[in-house]
Parts: sequence; structure tokens; C-alpha cells
Amino acid sequence: MIELLLEDRCTQCNACVAACPTNVFDAVPGGVPTIARQSDCQTCYMCELYCPADALFVGSDCDHPEPVDPAAVIASGQLGRIRRDSGWGEWADDPRYQNQMWYMGEVFKRARVFE
Amino acid sequence: MLSLETDVLVIGGGMAAAWAAIGAAREGASVTLVDKGYVGTSGVTATAGPGHWFVPPDAEKRAAAIAQREAIAFGLGETDWMARIIDQTYTTLPTLAPFYKFCVNDAGQTVYGAVRGPEYMRALRQMTESLGVRILDHSPALELLRHADGAVAGAQGYRRQAGEAWTIRAGGVVLATGGCAFYSRLLGSQTNTGDGYLMASEAGAELSGMEFSSHYTIAPAFSTMARGMSYAYATYYGADKKPLDLPKQTGRNRALARAMLEGPVYCDLGLMPQDIRERLPTISPNVLPPFERRGINPFTDKFPVTLLAEGTIRGMGGIKIIDQDCQTDVPGLYAAGDAASRERVTGAISGGGSVNSAWALSSGTWAGRAAARRARAQGIGSDRAAEAIGRAGLRPRRAAPLDAMEIIKVARNEAIHYDRNYFRTEQKLNRSLSLLDGLWQTVNASLQGEGVHAVRAREAAAIVATARWSFTAALNRRESRGMHARIDFPEQNAAYEHRQTLSGIDNIRSSFEQIVAERGLVA
Repeated sequence: MIELLLEDRCTQCNACVAACPTNVFDAVPGGVPTIARQSDCQTCYMCELYCPADALFVGSDCDHPEPVDPAAVIASGQLGRIRRDSGWGEWADDPRYQNQMWYMGEVFKRARVFE
Repeated sequence: MLSLETDVLVIGGGMAAAWAAIGAAREGASVTLVDKGYVGTSGVTATAGPGHWFVPPDAEKRAAAIAQREAIAFGLGETDWMARIIDQTYTTLPTLAPFYKFCVNDAGQTVYGAVRGPEYMRALRQMTESLGVRILDHSPALELLRHADGAVAGAQGYRRQAGEAWTIRAGGVVLATGGCAFYSRLLGSQTNTGDGYLMASEAGAELSGMEFSSHYTIAPAFSTMARGMSYAYATYYGADKKPLDLPKQTGRNRALARAMLEGPVYCDLGLMPQDIRERLPTISPNVLPPFERRGINPFTDKFPVTLLAEGTIRGMGGIKIIDQDCQTDVPGLYAAGDAASRERVTGAISGGGSVNSAWALSSGTWAGRAAARRARAQGIGSDRAAEAIGRAGLRPRRAAPLDAMEIIKVARNEAIHYDRNYFRTEQKLNRSLSLLDGLWQTVNASLQGEGVHAVRAREAAAIVATARWSFTAALNRRESRGMHARIDFPEQNAAYEHRQTLSGIDNIRSSFEQIVAERGLVA
């Protein structure tokens, strides 16, 4: 579930408010959005992908809140990882993060030796 | 209150909805798309890697592809429909190129069939917008509007961020609301609650194939992350952490479910070659973070796994379509994607992955196009009266304070339970139906949500109704066929080589093409 919105990273662009498919966030005039309905979070990580400031962190447990230590999250290197690996924003032209979805078919093919 | 008129109204925000809006707009119609969430992130495509059935127009290759699927459709597929979706997908998917950067493989060839969900849905949104479609995000539909002659006249809903109701009159309405996963936690499925089935049924549409709703996908036990690819390299272990003896492919998930009924099941992905491990984040960027954030190395650690219910997402029941335009049996109402029955293209097994995506693209395109033609021929009809026809959750006989989320939890527990749904028997189905019937009576008589709360109330009503349809259909099919497994009727029976249609909400009527039955009383 969504656990953290880092206020000092947030640019108040409200992309998360728009993009969250289950309407977890509320926009706040003149402020950063709030995580208004954490229990509605479907743990889809889409807000992280749409946050250009890498200010959001979604935990791994989809059923229960698991409060996190912001300093530990920052140190973990997880902030913005999904957006970077997806090649979004400033990573769009980086050859290390080009979309390799086509390889899915090969992954399945190579697994056939284990069948 | 927001009031609009539009030639075509598309309800839903996933890939089928977007392709429907594109299909209608390319036909010259004015199009409005309303979605519960956000077009781009809503639904199960956005979080996945939707491979499309993509076969070049080579007669031999296409015939072979169709023959392969027909052989595993358990007698319920139709080869001409398979051919239609292959052709439509091959023609249409590459038109997304201005908005989607299709992959180039190591051999330098462009690969069209395999796209990545978030980028695909982002591109579909951009293409939809470029064609002048009006998109209303966070604006769930709550009910349909109907003319006195029975034709659909539009819909009403609620804009949950703007805090106001909406009403839209349209000459044609496409339901692309997705399947129903019963709040199972399946990745991306929380908005897929069967709303379209309920709205269509209230208008008098029939459903088909609802018994084919028992597909499950493996995921880490704590997580939503139902991304199957990596599990091609899985080794599974029992509670004692010793490897389980499992069938290699067919029946493996069923065997895992059986093991999970006994105790915890663990997994590692240790068989995955090093180069694939390194490439995984740029194939599927969302797969590894849930592990890493829990301190798990999935290649070396044994982590607990679960099976997440797909309901009618990778199942294939849905609204019955009656012609090549994907029209329902209600005039002016069309169904596309997982909202529609996919039996014609995939039969009694899951169309998960490539067939379902080709279906969503194709049925969306056809439904949008046909709705546009209908609006052009008959007008929007906003000069004629229209009645709002939603009932359960909106207009109870006598409202009582009920917690919609608690109702969802009870229905969910019945609908997704392995023992009840994966290993079906008459006794277990009757027991679940007895509970669900009681729950439905309560919902129908007393549940009411107002304003934004109407959204959850309607989800609860749709989930309970869908669970009843699914189990009723399962009870009536007294055989095993494809994903529908009856422990008490383990064999396939040629007498049931027909699609099963359901109609009605309070009283559910079931009919096979030749066998007509009330619940539990098969002739």
C-alpha cells in the first residue's frame, strides 16, 4: 500500500491525484496532496510511475499498512526505481532503460527446457 | 450536475474502452469516455504486459494459429471469430505507432504483439485525445438510462473528484467496464467489480459463460504482483520447505491450490538464468520492487505464494453479444473487452495474455464503430424521455444502514475461495449460493449509497450479483469443461457442448442452446 509522500520532494503537480485509479489522494490548494484513503490503495505502483519527483513510496504488503522510516526508504534506492526502469521522463533516451517487453516471448521459450 | 450529449458514450477506461472510443471517433462520431479511475492507469492492462495475438496475413500461419486455439477451446470456440480478431489486431495495433514506441528485437525487427501496459495505456490515452474524444476520469457510471421502447439512452454517474453527478445522453453506449475479480487483490483489478454486468442486466441484457470464472494466477503471498512470466522458472515447496511434486503445465495451479488448502506453499525463482534476471527490470519494471522492499531475494530465498482469483478477467464469462458488431440484446448497448463474453474466441479456457488482448482491441473497435453508425442513423434521441434504471445500491425498497465494504468482503470470501470455486461440487455451490442469495436480498432491499458513496454501494451490488451468476452457471453445468471443474462431474459431457446464457438478477434463469434449466434442475 501507499506509505509515504515525501513533502520536501513533492512539487505539488498533483499528477498522483489524477493518475491514481482508486482515488487515494486528495489535492490540497497551495500544499502537497494528502494520502486521504490509504485503505483504497490497490498496490499497483502507478502513482510512483507518474510522480516526476520520485516523492512516493508504495510498500509491498497489499492488505495492511506498514509504516516506514522515510530516511530508510530514501537510503534504499527504491524511490523512482520503477519510473527509471520504465524509461520515463529523464530516462527516456537512456540506452540502459529501453523497453525490453518484446523479450517476454523469449523468456517463456527458454523456460521450456524445465518442462 | 454535469449534463452532456454525445453520439457515443464509452463506459470504462482500459484498453477495450480506449479502442472503442478510437473506433467511434474514426467513424466521425462525437465521443465521450467516462471511467471510474484514470485512463492510463485503470484496469488490468495498465499494470501488465499485454501480449496480443499477432499473426501475419499468411494463410498457413493463420490457419495453424487458429487450429491450435480451436483444439483447446473445448468445443465452445468459433474459428471465424478467431480469424476476425487476428485480422483486426494485425491491422489496427500498428496504427498506435505515433504514440507508442514499439520494441525492436535483437535482430532489429519491430515487434508489435508484445507491448508494455503503462506505456500502451498512456499511448492509447494520447491517441484517444488526439481524435477529440472527451475523457472524464474519476467519473464512474452508476446506471444506464433507457427509452420507453427499451433502447439504451445514455447513463448517469458521479464525478468523485469534482463532487457532482453527471448525466450523459447518447445514441449508442459501449460497456467496456472490464471483468470482475471480486476485490481479490489481483494486480490492477480493484476497479473491475462487474459494474457493467449489473448495468447491462438491469437493461435486460443476457450474460454468457459465467461458469468460466475460476482462473487463478500465482503471486507472492503478501502482494498483488500477479505477473506470471518469472514463474516459468519457479520451484515450489511445501510447509516443510521440500519441493512439491507438481504437474508441469496443465493442472499446476490447481495442484498448487490443493497444496495451499493443506498449508503454506513457498517458491523461489532460482532456475531463472542470470542474463534474464538482469534484464527483468526493463521487461517488467514492477516485478522485483515488491520483493526488494521486503528484503527478499526471489532467486535464492523461499517466499510464500498465493493464487489470486481472476474471476471473469482471465475467466471469460460476460455480457452476451449477439452479432459481429458486439451488440448486446438491448438496442443501442454494446459490450467490449472483458465486459463481454469471450467464449467465441477462447472457448472454455482462459484467453489470458494474447487472445484476450486481441479480443479487447477488436471488440472495442467493432463496438465503437457500430455505436457511431447507430448514433448517425438514429440520432442521440435526447428529445425523447429516458428513465434511470439502476436498482440495487441506488433505489432500495427501504434503506437501512449497511457497510458496503463488509458486504464486499463476505461475497469475496465465497467467490474466490479455492475449495468452493476451484473444486466445485453441487453441495458446495448450493451452500455458497444460499449465503449469496441472502446477501443479495439484503443488498437489494436495503443498500443505498448517496453521492460518492453510491460508487461503493454499486460495486458491492455488482460483486454479489456476479458471484451469484457465476455460481449459478457453475451449478447448472453438470460436467467439467476447460477451467470449469466439477469434482462431482469430472468428465466432459457432449450434451453440454453449448454456451450457457443467464438472464435476470433477482431470479436468475439459465438456458443452454438445447438444454433449458432452472437453477439446479437440469432437464
